[in-house]
Amino acid sequence: MELKEKLLSSFMAFEERIDVHSELHDVRTAAIKNFENKGFPTKKEESWKYTSLNAILKNDFSVFPKTENAIQYSDVKKYFLHEIDTYKVVFVDGVFSSHLSSTTHDGIDVCLMSSALNKPKYKMVIDNYFNQIASKDESLTSLNTAFANEGAYINIPKSKVADKPIEIMYFSTGSETALLVQPRNLVIVGENSHVQIIERHQSLNENPVLTNSVTEIFAQKRAIVDYYKIQNDNLEANLIDNTYVSQKQESHVSVHTFSFGGNLTRNNLNFYHFGERLTSTLNGITIIGESQHVDHYTLVNHATPNCESFQDYKGIFTDRSTGVFNGKVYVEREAQKTNAFQKSNNILLSDKATINAKPQLEIFADDVKCSHGCTIGQLDETAMFYMQQRGIPKKEAKALLMYAFSNAVIENIKIPELKQRITTIIANKLGVKIGFDL
Amino acid sequence: MLSIKNLHASIGDKEILKGINLEVKAGEVHAIMGPNGAGKSTLSAVIAGNENYEVTDGEVILDGEDLAELAPEERAHKGVFLSFQYPVEIPGVSVTNFMRSAINETRKAKGQEEMPANEMLKLIREKSELLEIDRKFLSRSLNEGFSGGEKKRNEIFQMAMLEPKLAILDETDSGLDIDALRIVANGVNKLKSDKNAVIVITHYQRLLDYIVPDFVHVLYNGKIVKSGGAELAHELEEKGYDWIKQEQEA
Repeated sequence: MELKEKLLSSFMAFEERIDVHSELHDVRTAAIKNFENKGFPTKKEESWKYTSLNAILKNDFSVFPKTENAIQYSDVKKYFLHEIDTYKVVFVDGVFSSHLSSTTHDGIDVCLMSSALNKPKYKMVIDNYFNQIASKDESLTSLNTAFANEGAYINIPKSKVADKPIEIMYFSTGSETALLVQPRNLVIVGENSHVQIIERHQSLNENPVLTNSVTEIFAQKRAIVDYYKIQNDNLEANLIDNTYVSQKQESHVSVHTFSFGGNLTRNNLNFYHFGERLTSTLNGITIIGESQHVDHYTLVNHATPNCESFQDYKGIFTDRSTGVFNGKVYVEREAQKTNAFQKSNNILLSDKATINAKPQLEIFADDVKCSHGCTIGQLDETAMFYMQQRGIPKKEAKALLMYAFSNAVIENIKIPELKQRITTIIANKLGVKIGFDL
Repeated sequence: MLSIKNLHASIGDKEILKGINLEVKAGEVHAIMGPNGAGKSTLSAVIAGNENYEVTDGEVILDGEDLAELAPEERAHKGVFLSFQYPVEIPGVSVTNFMRSAINETRKAKGQEEMPANEMLKLIREKSELLEIDRKFLSRSLNEGFSGGEKKRNEIFQMAMLEPKLAILDETDSGLDIDALRIVANGVNKLKSDKNAVIVITHYQRLLDYIVPDFVHVLYNGKIVKSGGAELAHELEEKGYDWIKQEQEA
């Protein structure tokens, strides 16, 4: 049975487990209908021109994991930011793991989507926010919405600063031959509030995994949200990340995506503006090799005046790896005095590596500053010789150049321990011992 | 210290060095002069091990060891330093951290421990004073946005930090105003000892008023066509290179 058919019939089974009279039922039913009509995206669609899901969809994915697999903290400690204290919302094969988690309701809510969806006290919040900014048109988002049941629920009320970073962690243990997981996260950050979030998907063995994740982020007036995505999974893991950000006036939301691992990764990152003088930041570092594929598909929708957006994506591609950067900036007629900047800088380290870069600016306002720049280059041989002449061996010189290339994005990481972690991952990726800091 | 014998080198199909012979002993300063396109920069690049050039014949021997098979960094570890005519800009890497990497990689190659941080700071302070370099300058990205003079001064600062056995200064005087020239020359002179040697590659005699050479060689069309003492530089300054060309073509 094809995956699509399997999912449609699974939906019936899924529905039996939930309350069919709830309002959510209508949301889910509409979503599955949209998915049924559209199916999985194919390369015929302009937005999926460079990324094919065909090979992945041939796996016989199990949609509901059969058993919960207990894993010990000591086994997975290395994936956490264990040097500092954090809140943790941890899932194993899509199921919440209470013993690995550290949630809270003390002043802020850091807990489970399933609770938020099912408990009456959250009903108003869910009515106001759930599936409000996520696309109702995009088929993979709809597929997630149809099955939306578990994930992280984070609600920071007005004028609160989350006292420590929040880690959202999805482990898959591969007890199933192939596993499809569909996490659903909801993040609401109140007026004047501040939160830092780190999200990571990690497969713990070699069985294929497909994660189709949806995250909705709502930043109220003057809220500050720093969101970090660490994508360093093994080569059997595939990730489709759909993130939707809604911003009100004077808020600052930054999403930093670090793509180092995984077989296929697609990041759909969408920003929507609902207020003036706000700032959106989209940063990314992609360092991949072998036959890895990473596709960044970004949208910043400037709908209001006096807002800024900054996009800075660095990519380093070796072996037969392929990268895509498709960045769309849409400036509506009302959005005067917009400042929108977009940069995508790429280095190809092998003849067989590919990058497809496609900036798209659609501007309907007449008093704006918008710029985009895509560069694709090779390693600077003269710089290599210069560094080698000073005694730095080729491999280290190369690594130093790569660090320097990525540095603008690394510098933006506001959690020092995370910055250190990312630097270490990059060093491992480049095959050098971390001997130099920049 | 350095012995170059019948060195031939090409880039692509084009032969640039056509049989160079040069002996440099510890404690000596050699100047290599010559018109544009004579092969001066090629000679320095070949000694430093730039892989864009192919050595087709001859050898470069440093302290009895043939350098042919050594990578640029291995030559650097053995004490070869090249001050670049056009120092490369490396955004994102500060001068200080670049030097830290260079020194520690060199020490690693020699089986030594990394230099302790306080020692490194002391060294940086000492050498930056020698070259009259502002400390703020050291935290800037390497060569990025530096003026021509700043780049050259920074090259000699790096030389001072690395204390090479053989320093090759490739057109270090170009782009320097008279004050910077004095500072750079003063730096080089202070670093000179009877254990190291300097090769100054230059088009003009100007720098040689400050760094006085023991020997001057004229490079023309890929060969050393004339050698002499410091007075040869003055002669070249007066007469230009045409008489050399005429002599060769006669």
